[in-house]
Amino acid sequence: MCDQTFLAATFGPCDNCSKASPLMNIYLKNEPINYCSFCVEMMACQGLQKGETLTSLKKESETLKKKLEEERGKLTDVELHQVAEKVEAVAALSIKTRRVLKGHGNKVLCMDWCKDKRRLVSSSQDGKVIVWDGFTLNKEHGVTLPCTWVMACAYAPSGCAVACGGLDNKCSVVPLSLDRTENLAAKKKSVAMHTNYVSGCSFTNSDMQLLTSSGDGTCALWDVESGQLLQSFHGHTADVLSLDLAPSETGNTFVSGGCDMKANVWDMRSGQNIQSFESHESDINCVKYYPSGDAFASASDDATCRFYDLRADREVAVYQKDSIIFGASSVDFSLSGRLLFAGYNDYTINVWDVLKGNRVSVLFGHENRISRLRVSPDGTALCSASWDNTLRIWA
Amino acid sequence: MARDMSDKEILKMELDQLKKEVSTPRTPVSANCTETITFVEGLLPNDPLIKGVSDDKNPYKGDKGGCVVT
Repeated sequence: MCDQTFLAATFGPCDNCSKASPLMNIYLKNEPINYCSFCVEMMACQGLQKGETLTSLKKESETLKKKLEEERGKLTDVELHQVAEKVEAVAALSIKTRRVLKGHGNKVLCMDWCKDKRRLVSSSQDGKVIVWDGFTLNKEHGVTLPCTWVMACAYAPSGCAVACGGLDNKCSVVPLSLDRTENLAAKKKSVAMHTNYVSGCSFTNSDMQLLTSSGDGTCALWDVESGQLLQSFHGHTADVLSLDLAPSETGNTFVSGGCDMKANVWDMRSGQNIQSFESHESDINCVKYYPSGDAFASASDDATCRFYDLRADREVAVYQKDSIIFGASSVDFSLSGRLLFAGYNDYTINVWDVLKGNRVSVLFGHENRISRLRVSPDGTALCSASWDNTLRIWA
Repeated sequence: MARDMSDKEILKMELDQLKKEVSTPRTPVSANCTETITFVEGLLPNDPLIKGVSDDKNPYKGDKGGCVVT
């Protein structure tokens, strides 16, 4: 899907050596060029040091990966669920749907809670971004964006703005005003510019900086006021589908997961990839930091959710069941970190015991796949957004 | 970004990353897991979704949209 090399049979002078021979029409950095097959081979070898070939690089990569596994394996003396055997099992949960938020005309793709624990913002395929009051079901603000598929939305920490982005390749910030007659779309300001769709966005600790992840394989940190790119993060080899910031006040790391099946932990100031985890067998749809900041969970199309410990630098738990065959699209932890809520493409939300690794409960209610799940900032409720055009608040 | 890079550039990038990662400091799993468990146990009593919240305190459990007929 990403590499487009078209081979067509034409005959003529080569662009490089000017000899008349069968030409290969290839695209190099989006420019069409016609090289004869000899020149194509020569070009492929350029940039490699003496003796280096694709195979030798691959071999080196494999040996390093094995060494990494060995190093990580040395410290695996025990599994998480073994250490947690003595912990009391979680009592039966009494979580039910308490609110159903109807109002979107099409699939709801993303949602986020406000720090005031009652408001939330949601975005949908029809281009609408709505700010709701979770207690009263009031729609407080509505913005219509010119693009469809608004895949990412986030509430600013101050509660005065929301950021949203999607297929327009941009992430825009819309300041929320108390004046209901004001046209919010007019005040929308484009902050992030990517070369492919924006899959996730999040404000950092302040309203002034925005972190985005994109289908172009990069993540980027932007200054909201000027729209300037402060730092970009390269390392993923395919679309980045999700990102999450470390929870601490002074934290300056974030984790991202993508279609290359890798979850990477980055340092925001230097732009360096600090740690990388590759144990999923398919695209990683969502990543979420643990409340302590020392671990994170990921949800993937391979129908599993995995828990990675950052200090041990490895995966320490896998949450899966033979009866679950649909991909997981979103995860979030409860306030204490004991429960992991995961939304799946089979329309259900499974609740896992993080420590023991077993499933505690299943929440039914949605009529289409869950696109996003978030626990409220004070832990009293869980909100899920779904392709059935509604959001549900569970408590 | 990645789609603009040739295979060898992608491999080189991965190789550099792996070289850095092999030397990351790591701590044993048992120590970290015990810490995680202590962390969770500490916060468990205050977790509203596990312990439940009494109906009068929970803003979602109250009567929503009820009518008062006078």
